[in-house]
Amino acid sequence: MTISLAPADWLDLLAHFLSLSLLAVGGAISTAPDMHRYLVDARHWLSEGQFTSSIALAQAAPGPNVLFVALMGWNVGLNAGGGPAGGWPAYGLALLGVAITLAGMLLPSCVLTYAATRWAHKNRELRAVRAFKAGMSPIVVALLIATGWLLTGAHDQPARDWRLWALTAMATVLVWRTRLHLLWIIGAGAMLGALGWV
Amino acid sequence: MPTSDPPLNAPRSRADLFWSFTTLALQGFGGVVAVVQRELVEKKRWLSREQFLEDWAVAQIMPGPNVVNLSMMIGGRHFGVAGALAALAGMLAVPTVLVLALAALFATVADAEVAQRALRGMGAVAAGLVLATGIKLVGALRANVMGLPVCAAAAIAAFVAVALLRVPLGWVLAVVGGGCCLWAWRCLGRASPAPGDAHPANPS
Repeated sequence: MTISLAPADWLDLLAHFLSLSLLAVGGAISTAPDMHRYLVDARHWLSEGQFTSSIALAQAAPGPNVLFVALMGWNVGLNAGGGPAGGWPAYGLALLGVAITLAGMLLPSCVLTYAATRWAHKNRELRAVRAFKAGMSPIVVALLIATGWLLTGAHDQPARDWRLWALTAMATVLVWRTRLHLLWIIGAGAMLGALGWV
Repeated sequence: MPTSDPPLNAPRSRADLFWSFTTLALQGFGGVVAVVQRELVEKKRWLSREQFLEDWAVAQIMPGPNVVNLSMMIGGRHFGVAGALAALAGMLAVPTVLVLALAALFATVADAEVAQRALRGMGAVAAGLVLATGIKLVGALRANVMGLPVCAAAAIAAFVAVALLRVPLGWVLAVVGGGCCLWAWRCLGRASPAPGDAHPANPS
């Protein structure tokens, strides 16, 4: 897919991600629907397939999931340079895209979070700060378990998916009760999947 | 589960922060929170389980990626802005290069069925990692000022709202979380103030 971007378009891309940054409560992924609206539907800078695979790959790869934003910038830049066939200039634009989307997504939220958490740490003996932390703790535990639940629930056909559920249950017990290195467990999951056993 | 905890450690330098978070990020498939809990709380002991839970709550509330927020909070606490930047760079620099390389590679094998199946298997394990992290942190709620029964009720309500009823996160945080904060505020006023109860020698 090939597109052409004027300097004003790059600025617009930056502005859009800057504006999404402070809305990303609960993680960058919560703004993905709006990115889809902007990048795929409104501007036609990304294809549907590029959008979906950006998210799937970032989740499969090591590192924070927010890197799906970097992959979207990469693909926009690559498209602007005429795709992989465009050679080095295209990869240069792809890197520019990464810098713009990642900086836009992270700059406002990081500055705000840093300032707010420094304040909260300096005032950690304040009753309000202590109440906030104590009150939110059970919700955080619930959200973690809910995330695991939702990830499992994506596979909802018992006849076909019971092996995936068993794998999830086994991984849960191993991480909970043992100190086995997490990479071994993930590697085992990938292997079982590749062999077609789950 | 261990109950008598040895004293906590601290990061030695900004370089230590950078490399620690790089190592953390590179182990985090499908999200980093499970690895953060294991490495920072169980292995390095930079945080107690209770502190981790509190910091994670703040990292979730603030806009931006949770693990990125958490890395900045820890870096900033020990080495100020420079520490926050070192931790942030550790979390992002190498993983970004890696994910771009993977994207270039994946473009060549995206259609292979083996790759798709391996992704499925890793996804199932990733779900287990997050579940186990949540289960492990349940123990930390015992030290909570609201008491275990209230915590359990709040956690179950939040789980039902998010996982079963699919209520938007903002509402759950505002209603269940806000209610808990008010209740905790009341409990803290009743219990004679014992500052630093859950913060043994918090380094600043």
